[in-house]
Amino acid sequence: MNKQIIYRGAEAEICLSHYLGEKAVQKRRVPKSYRIKEIDSFLISFRTKGEAKLISEARLHGVSVPIIYDVNLKEGVITMQYLEGKRIKDILNNLDEKERKRICDMIGKSIAKLHNNDIIHGDITTSNMILLDDRIHFIDFGLGSKNGEIETKGVDLHVLMEAFESTHSRHPDCFNYVLEGYKKEFNGNAGAVIKKIEDIVKRGRYR
Amino acid sequence: MISLGIEGTAHSIGIGIIQDVKGKCNVLSNNIKTYSPEKGGIHPREAANHHAAYIADLIGESVKKAQVDFSDIDLVSFSQGPGLGPCLRTAATAARALALALDKPIMGVNHCVAHLEIGKGTIDDCKDPVLLYVSGANTQVIAFAEGKYRVFGETLDVGIGNCLDKFGISMGMEFPCGPKIEELAKKGQKYLKLPYSIKGMDIAFSGLLTAAEQYVRKGKKLEDTCFSIQETTFAALTEVTERAMAHTEKNEVLLGGGVASNKRLRDMVKTMAQERDASFFVPSKDLCIDNGAMIAWLGFLMYNSGIRMSIEESVIDQRFRTDMVDVTWRE
Repeated sequence: MNKQIIYRGAEAEICLSHYLGEKAVQKRRVPKSYRIKEIDSFLISFRTKGEAKLISEARLHGVSVPIIYDVNLKEGVITMQYLEGKRIKDILNNLDEKERKRICDMIGKSIAKLHNNDIIHGDITTSNMILLDDRIHFIDFGLGSKNGEIETKGVDLHVLMEAFESTHSRHPDCFNYVLEGYKKEFNGNAGAVIKKIEDIVKRGRYR
Repeated sequence: MISLGIEGTAHSIGIGIIQDVKGKCNVLSNNIKTYSPEKGGIHPREAANHHAAYIADLIGESVKKAQVDFSDIDLVSFSQGPGLGPCLRTAATAARALALALDKPIMGVNHCVAHLEIGKGTIDDCKDPVLLYVSGANTQVIAFAEGKYRVFGETLDVGIGNCLDKFGISMGMEFPCGPKIEELAKKGQKYLKLPYSIKGMDIAFSGLLTAAEQYVRKGKKLEDTCFSIQETTFAALTEVTERAMAHTEKNEVLLGGGVASNKRLRDMVKTMAQERDASFFVPSKDLCIDNGAMIAWLGFLMYNSGIRMSIEESVIDQRFRTDMVDVTWRE
């Protein structure tokens, strides 16, 4: 098969593909020779399986994600819908303030929907969100897990906070806009989760 | 310009003298003296006493070794933070005294940023790296973005060196325990599964530490446990570094900090770099560990870009974060 790699991330390659006539992508986790076999094969199969499960579950709860077509645990390959949208990372800095606020609000609401169902994404960055049909689609659940604890939800949001600080530092309000959206949609005590984020920041070195 | 740097953030006191040559750093001398506790870890006050006892002689030795006169020194730099308060204060006091005595300007610099700049300053092809900075207290993945050195990933609990030391000390090893663990790991054969904890580009070690201690308590071989600790923590460090490289779209990786002396870690990061067609750099050992030359070099870069610091402003900051530094010396 002729593979066209459209993106090479840190752990996986994304290739264009077809599935039953639909345009699709294949996400293939590449073996890493820097780590020993035991760790390598464990991480590849564990993350492939976990990612496929979490994506399907997120979809069930109304969060926009790609549709999963096929999973091959041995090869570490997930075949899924091709989302022809724009990465939030690439567009967020260039929006006007009102639109940026609207997008961040949507991001916050979607994260709350995930957290309402104890789905932890594990790597919420603006590289892992795609804007398509005016909806935020979440991709890359490879570091995700199922967990109901406030701590874990706080850590999940803390990753996004850091992503905003490093990649969108010119727009320091983004994360607050996200939290506003989160508060509107989250079923539990959003205040407690937000308090947790502050704790996690303080726990870090030199805070 | 000739700059003298005083490093004193933790257990080492270092005096380095550098001269800039066509935008690169020429190290004239770089003397380091390390406090090693008789048992346990670093006691901040005892480390500071150690630094105070040796600092004056060390300055004299460094000047002699660099074959310069005191009057040739144009700038006195020191590590302003982050680090242990008593140690930082000792180094800062010496810097102030020297600057006033010589009637030369003073410059306080960020220790973590110095680790990155010394790589760029002394290695020809190293221009815009992602730094994996691994020492006792610090574990950060740092890269330049939007006008500052930003921390893309870091430990959520203890530094990797600290993690190795905590394990080693509980097994009765001497501080610093990294070299002993590296030696034992070479004899390890069997991988014992340990928690692999990555959150985005951040990393955590405390769960692993507990699990590793339990393995030994339950009778697993120390060699196998050391092997498994190294394989797991270093794989995770390499992975977060690769993630930061993909995220920032940079194709250079630089190692820094004391744990960068570990050969297994070097090999892993090097292999990762090769597999993604990126360049791998590591400074010579005396520029990797805490040292005065890197402080002197960053002080020069800052002074050269127009920054000035008065004695009143030379207050130390134990929690001086990497991303608090305005990077005025690069585009």
